[in-house]
This record gives sequence, structure tokens and C-alpha cells, in this order.
Amino acid sequence: MLERLYRMLVKEFIQVLRNPRMRAVLFGMPLVQVLVIGYAVSTDVRHVALAVYDLDRTPATRDLLARFEGSGCFDIVKRIGSEAEIQDVLDSGEAKAVLRLNRGFAEDLSGGRGARAQLLLDGSDSNTASVVMSYASRLSADYNRAIMEQRFSRTAGLRLEAEPIALVSRAWFNTNLDSRNFFVPGVLAMLVAILTVILSSMSIVREREIGTMEQIMVTPIGRLEFILGKTTPFAVIGLVDVALIALLAVFWFQIPLAGNPLFLFLGTGLYLMSTLGAGLFISTVSSTQQQAMMTAFFFLLPVFMLSGFVYPIANMPEAVQWLTLLNPLRHYLVIIRGVFLKGLGPSVLWPQMLALAGLGSGMLILAAGRFRKTMV
Amino acid sequence: METVRTRALTRRFGDLVALDQLNLAVEEGEIFGLVGPDGAGKTTTMRLLTGILEPSSGEAWVDGLHAVREAEAIKDRIGYMSQRFGLYPDLTVIENIDFYADLYEVPKAGRNERIERLLAFSNLTPFKRRLAGNLSGGMKQKLGLACALVHTPRVLFLDEPTNGVDPVSRRDFWRILYQLQQERVTIFVSTAYLDEAERCNRIGLLHRGRLMACDTVDGVKGLLQGALLEVRCDSPRRAAILLRATDLGGVALFGDRIHVLVPDIDQGRLSIEAVLRAEGIPCHGLQVIEPSLEDVFTSAIPAVTHV
Repeated sequence: MLERLYRMLVKEFIQVLRNPRMRAVLFGMPLVQVLVIGYAVSTDVRHVALAVYDLDRTPATRDLLARFEGSGCFDIVKRIGSEAEIQDVLDSGEAKAVLRLNRGFAEDLSGGRGARAQLLLDGSDSNTASVVMSYASRLSADYNRAIMEQRFSRTAGLRLEAEPIALVSRAWFNTNLDSRNFFVPGVLAMLVAILTVILSSMSIVREREIGTMEQIMVTPIGRLEFILGKTTPFAVIGLVDVALIALLAVFWFQIPLAGNPLFLFLGTGLYLMSTLGAGLFISTVSSTQQQAMMTAFFFLLPVFMLSGFVYPIANMPEAVQWLTLLNPLRHYLVIIRGVFLKGLGPSVLWPQMLALAGLGSGMLILAAGRFRKTMV
Repeated sequence: METVRTRALTRRFGDLVALDQLNLAVEEGEIFGLVGPDGAGKTTTMRLLTGILEPSSGEAWVDGLHAVREAEAIKDRIGYMSQRFGLYPDLTVIENIDFYADLYEVPKAGRNERIERLLAFSNLTPFKRRLAGNLSGGMKQKLGLACALVHTPRVLFLDEPTNGVDPVSRRDFWRILYQLQQERVTIFVSTAYLDEAERCNRIGLLHRGRLMACDTVDGVKGLLQGALLEVRCDSPRRAAILLRATDLGGVALFGDRIHVLVPDIDQGRLSIEAVLRAEGIPCHGLQVIEPSLEDVFTSAIPAVTHV
């Protein structure tokens, strides 16, 4: 029994690793992707291209603009001279926002009538637009406060009293709210899912397609031996990739690994059970490799979208929220982010581990049950 | 002792009856050939006997074991070579053999000697480290045979083993089969080649899922009723068409000769000459010949082999 399993493993490893291009795909590509994505993907909005339509041109407007530019959130890319140009810069995408300051801005301000500034936003990217809006209102609120303070101290010699409520927020676990810290572990989870689901979805159907399955069926190999022999090598490859990516994340991107790496591997092992189970199931129901590939792709897409990787689960309709409980990536993301950023361990993450173990064994049993040593 | 026995073995795929009520018995140490055109049900029979396909009805026994109830136990005792090359093209010759040796749990003691012997006997020793995918057609088949023999099976099932293999490699392959027969291995081989069928001890003629005849090669030839006349004449194609239009028996064209199956030699000779004379076709020769398997086939399966 063990002898057969061992030989199955040796054979699978030889087959997977013999081809140099395959080795590059399995171990090189995930690293390169994490490297590129780690630099490129970020939801932090910085250096928003801002065009200014300043009709007042006074020290007051210059002061406000200096605050915008000084915040690092905005780059003033253009000064506009006419109304018509507003449309132009937004259409061409030259600027993502236009700040319009009307004539009499400074007068209104000093006269205490409340000066008006208008911010026009390109709303086609709703995410960026709302972030820009919140930056702009924070900047103008700061400006307001500065002016009030100045005025009070000058006119009445009084000091501005403390605000009734002052909300001081501080982000834990990711102090700088650096989205890379949040994304890189997520990308790791996704890459490992792609790798293991696609590899295992090809595994059995490939043997069927090249005709080796028929030859295997006439040997006394057991179903379990065959299934284990087919999945274990991919689990090992998945774990090696997780280790490589984790090293890259910690030593290259300086993402803190607050928790226990061994626990991370335990969680990864449970996660791989369900991705490999799903892949094997796809492999048993497909009759060609092409079919398996397409099915794997359509399986992965909702797994990514409904995992909380990008779109918060709390915003989804309730029915879909329940559905996401069946998504292994959802649970694994909680584990991997918890281990990386919060340093959590099994005492907090046990529900996720339990869910992964359940999903994983369920999918593997389903796949093994579908696999027969006879032809139809 | 019977090594393979079937009783009314039947397999349907939807409406298609791939194998219809097959009754067969193969003796130990025999080379039995299942002969028939493509689609006759040869592969279905092989798969039913090796336990990888379940029959719709009927039963089969291999080496005394039931093909459905004891399918897994049968697998230790048989070797099987599927019609398509079923080995891993990305493993080397020796890796493929080792893999199968482990799947069959061939004991470590004496294993290397056995593998070396198999390699030598199939002339694969110099190609040990070559990837199976890079072997020639004949070598691939010999590797398939070596893998099927690694666990010293009692019965060997070979599904069209020499399909697409050159004549020299085919002869080598049969030389190996005869050596195995000396070791009392029962060989159940299927083929669509009639010259190959003649190498078997006994053959079964399969056509559209039915066993048309089952006997020794001579026995099967003896089934042909009447005598076979070979006609040599001008424009043989036209002559064959004309002869077919008469009430003479089976007419088949072999190159520039026509084989006509007649119930009575003299009567037949006269009728043939009359037809040719009436059409002004000069006749160069008319003689009685020994029937070949192909003649039996053309008469038993008229619709398939006629041009």
C-alpha cells in the first residue's frame, strides 16, 4: 500500500518537475507576480491630478491651494482659464478633479459670509472619487479650523475652546493603513488557489486523455492510493510556493509577519485540501483537459470575487453573505491576514480552521467518490 | 483447464449492442485471436474481461475468478495492453517499468533481474533512459508489453498490439509472444489483420458484436461451404461486377484476380466462363484454390469487405 503510494508520488513529481518550463511556471511565476502586484496594486489614492480654476487669485486662494498640494494627496497639474476647459480636462482624463474658486473668495472669507469652493470630480472610478472627496473635505475642514483660530486670537484675544467631540482615530495592525500589507497576503492566497485548482483539475482528465488511465485501471492500485498519489505532490508544491511568497513578503516588502509561521502552514494545509478537492472533482467530471480548464476558471472567478479579497463581504446581500461561508478563500483570507498582521493563533482562528477542514474533507470525499476504476 | 470463459456476455451502449451474447472458452497456454473489423466489439470484449467495464448482462471468468465480483483479484493475475499506447510519454523506459512493478508490488527480490530480462527480451536495454514518448512505434509496443509482463501474469490481454507497427517489429513482437507461450502464459489477442490471425492457435471471428465462428484457423477455413475459384481475366473490375449480378455465391476482388465461391466446381466453372464470354472478356485462367481467412471473412461478412 505505502509502496504503491510512494511510487505514485515519485512518478507525479518526476512528471511535474522534469519540464524546465513547468518548473518556472510553478515556482518562478508566483514570485514574479507577487513582486509586480506588490508594487502595482494599491487602493491608496495619492497624487491625484488636480486642475485649478482660480478666479480670485488672492493670498487666501493661494493658501488653500498650497494646503491641497502640501498634503501629498493632490498634484496641481493645470491652471484653467475658462469655464469650457473644466469639461476638457475631465474628459481627457488630464485631471481627476477640478477645484473651482470663485471671484470674491477672499472677500467672502474675511467678511465672514462663508466662502464657497467647488470640487468637480470624475466619478467614473467611484472608488477613487469617494476617496478624493474625503481628502478634500478633510483639507477644507483643517483650513476652516486654522482660519477660525486665527480670527479668534486676533479679534477677541480668546482661544478657541476644545471641540465638543474630537474623534482621534488610529489604525491598529496596519498603522499606516498601507494597502500593500493587506493585499500581498491576499495575492498569496489567490495564487496558491490558481496553482492548485488548475494543477489538480488537469491531473486525472489528463491521464484519461493520453490513455494512461485505462492502463492504470487494470492494475490493483486502490482508489485512495491513486487519489492521494495525485494530490499530495500538488499540496507540497503549494506549500513550497506559500513559503517562497511569504519570505518575499516579509523580507522584500517588509510586511510584518506577526504570528507563528508554523500555524500559517497548518492553515495553508487545510486550505489546500479544499482547493485540491475542488480541482480533483472538476477533473473527475470533465472528459477533456480543455473542459477541465474552463470549469476551473469559472470556479475560481466567484471564489475570488466573493471572498472579501477586494469587496467587503459585509456589503453583499445577505443570501450571498451566507453563500460565502462555503468559499474556502474567505476563511483562508481571515487566517492569513490574521496571522500576518494581527499575530493571531488558533485560539481566535479556530472557526475558520474548522470550516476549512470541513470544506476540504467534504470536497476530497466528493472527488474520491466520483472516481471509479471502471469505464462508462 | 479453461483460463477465459464467457457466458452470454453482452454489453450495450445506449441503443448500440457492442457485444451480443458472447460464449467463449480459451484454454490455458493458448494463443487465442479475436479477429474482426473495426467496431466489431473487440475492445469492448477486452475491457469486459479485464474488469474495467461492466457487462450489461452475462458473465465472464478469468483464471477461475468472476470478472465483476472478483475484478480486483483478477488484476493481479492479468497483464493488459490497451489499444492506445497507455504509458507515460514523459517518463523514461525504465521509469515506466519501475512504476508498474511498484503498482503490482513485484517483490524486491529478483525484481531487477526480471526487469533486465524483460528489457533484453524486448531489445530495449540500450534505450533504458530514453523518454517513452521518443520511442518508435514498434519500441513503444514492446515497452507496453514489458510493462504488462512485469508482474508475471497468467493471462495476457493484448488489444490490437501491432496496429500501426512495421512488419519487422511485428515479427519480433510475435517472436516474444511465442516465447511467452512456452512459459504457459495464456494470450488473448485481438487483431484486425488476418495474416496475424493466422499465427494464433485458435481464433474467434467477431462481427458487429456477434461471434460468427470460433475454431482453429484451419477449422474456420473449413467452414466455407463449397469451393473457391480464382479467376484471372481482362478488366477484372467490370468482370467482378458482372459476376456479382449473377446467382453465383460470394464474389470478391483481390487485385487483378477474382475469387468466386461456388457450391459445385464444374457447374461454377461453366457459369463463370459463360458470363465472361457473353461480355467478350478474355479469360486467362480459372482454378480451384485453398481459401484464406480473408475469403472466409468476405463470405461471412459480405457488406464490410466488398469494394
